[in-house]
Amino acid sequence: MLPDLYRVQRVRQETHDTFTLELEPMSGGQQVAAKGVSFAAGQFNMLYIFGVGEVPISISGNPTPRKVRVSPPRFVHTTRAVGTVTKAMGKLKRGDVLGVRGPFGSHWPMEEAVGKDIVMVAGGIGLAPLRPALYQFLSQRENYNRIILLYGTRSPADILYRRELEQWRARFDLEVQVTVDQAMGAWHGNVGVVTTLIPRVSFDPLRTIALICGPEIMMRFTILELQKRGVGKENIFISMERNMKCAIGFCGHCQFGPTFICKDGPVFRYDRIQEWFGKREI
Amino acid sequence: MQTLEPILVEHPFFKDLEPRYLQLIIGCASNVRFDSGQFIFREGEKANQFYLLRQGKVALEVFSPERGAITLQTLGEGEVLGWSWLFPPYRWHFDARVLEPLRAIAFDGECLRTKCEEDHDLGYELVKRVAHIVIQRLQATRLQLLDIYGLHS
Ligand SMILES: Cc1cc2nc3c(=O)[nH]c(=O)nc-3n(C[C@H](O)[C@H](O)[C@H](O)COP(=O)(O)OP(=O)(O)OC[C@H]3O[C@@H](n4cnc5c(N)ncnc54)[C@H](O)[C@@H]3O)c2cc1C
Ligand code: FES
Repeated sequence: MLPDLYRVQRVRQETHDTFTLELEPMSGGQQVAAKGVSFAAGQFNMLYIFGVGEVPISISGNPTPRKVRVSPPRFVHTTRAVGTVTKAMGKLKRGDVLGVRGPFGSHWPMEEAVGKDIVMVAGGIGLAPLRPALYQFLSQRENYNRIILLYGTRSPADILYRRELEQWRARFDLEVQVTVDQAMGAWHGNVGVVTTLIPRVSFDPLRTIALICGPEIMMRFTILELQKRGVGKENIFISMERNMKCAIGFCGHCQFGPTFICKDGPVFRYDRIQEWFGKREI
Repeated sequence: MQTLEPILVEHPFFKDLEPRYLQLIIGCASNVRFDSGQFIFREGEKANQFYLLRQGKVALEVFSPERGAITLQTLGEGEVLGWSWLFPPYRWHFDARVLEPLRAIAFDGECLRTKCEEDHDLGYELVKRVAHIVIQRLQATRLQLLDIYGLHS
C-alpha cells in the first residue's frame, strides 16, 4: 500500500521534545479518496518521512465531524522525537510534504462506555492517543456518567496540551488530575506516580470502563491499582506499542502472542491479552 | 471529641478497627488547620504527630542549597501524613509544606505510642496499618525512580 501525500499545515511545539503536526491531504491519494481523513479514536497512521523512514503514530485530533468546518479536514499527530524518524519529523515545517498510510488498527471502546463511568489514565506521550477518545466523550457528554482523566508525566515542563488541560479542568462535568514524577520550585500540583491518583478519585468500579495508554510498566501498575479498586479485567482497555513495518498484518513485525498489534490492536481489552502482557519473552 | 468518631470510622486507615481501640485513639486526636505556605513539620524536628488529611494538599519536600526545595510527593484528602512518630529516632526526615489550605485530624504520637506499649494488640493493629502505607509509598517511589517517561524506558 502506497502512502498518500500530505502537506504540513501547522506545527506546534508542545514541549522541548514533543510536537504536533496538522496534515492536510494533497489531491489524488487512494486512501484519501476512499476514507477522507475520518478515523476512530485510538487508531494510528504510518507517517513516512521521505528518505528517512516510516513510523506508526496515533491520531491525536478530534474524530467527531464538526458541524461547520472552518478549514479543510486534517490529520493531527503528536509525536515525541526519540530516534531517527521522529527526530527528522520534528524538523518538518509548514508546507513540507510527507507520506501517510492509514488509518489502521482497533479503537477505544466508545460503545461499551455508554452509560458508564470512564476512567482514562495517560502516561507521558500516552495522552496523545487518548485525546480523540476524550473529545468524543465530551461531544456526546450526556451518554456517559463520570468522566475522569488521570495524567502523569515526568516533570511540569513535559506536560502536553497544557492549555487544553486547563480548560478541561475548569469544566464541571469532567475531573482532571495531573501529576508529575519530579518537581521543583513553582509547581503546586501533584507529585507522585500516576497510579497514586487512582485511589483519590471516585467512580463506581462495577460500572467503569478504563482506558490506559503509556509506557508498559506504567500500564501494568495502573491495571493492578484499578483491579484493587474492583474494576474487572474485561472493562480495562490498553493501547500497545511494538515496532511496525507493513501495518496491515502481513510482515509479522508487530506480533504479540498470537495477535498482531497493527491489525488486532493497538487497543486491546486487557483480559484478551493478559497472558502475554508483561511477559519478558514477548 | 465525640464528633471525630464518624470521621475516623469512615477513613480507610481505621477500617474495621475494633470500637474499643477507636475510642482509645480518639483520646489522642484533635482537629487541626493549616494555611497555604505553612510548614506542618520540618526535617530534623521531633516527630510527635501523624495526620489524617481531610481536605487540602501538602507537599513532602527536601531542601538542597543547590537546587532549592524538591518535592518528593504530594498528599491530599483521605491520605495519611507521617510515620516517623512510630519508629525511633522519632524525627521527621522531610519538610511538610501546605500547598492548599489543609484540614486534618492530628494524632499525638507519644500518647499513641504509650497506648500501644500498654496494649500490644492495639500496637500490632497500628503497626500493620502504618506498614501497609509504607509499602504502598515504597512501591510508588520505586516506580517514580524508574523514570518511566524518560528515553529508553
Ligand atoms: C500503534 C502505535 C502508535 C504510536 N503512537 C505514537 C504517538 O502518537 N506519538 C509518538 O511520539 N510515538 C508513538 N508511537 C511510537 C513511535 O512509533 C516510535 O517512537 C517511533 O517508531 C520511533 O522511531 P524512530 O525512528 O524515531 O526511533 P528509532 O531510531 O527506531 O529509535 C531510537 C531510540 O529511541 C528509542 N525509542 C523508540 N521508540 C520509543 C518510544 N516509543 N519511547 C521511548 N523511546 C523509544 C529506541 O529504544 C531507540 O533507542 C506509536 C507506536 C505504535 C506502535
Ligand atoms: S506491522 Fe506487519 S504485521 Fe503488524
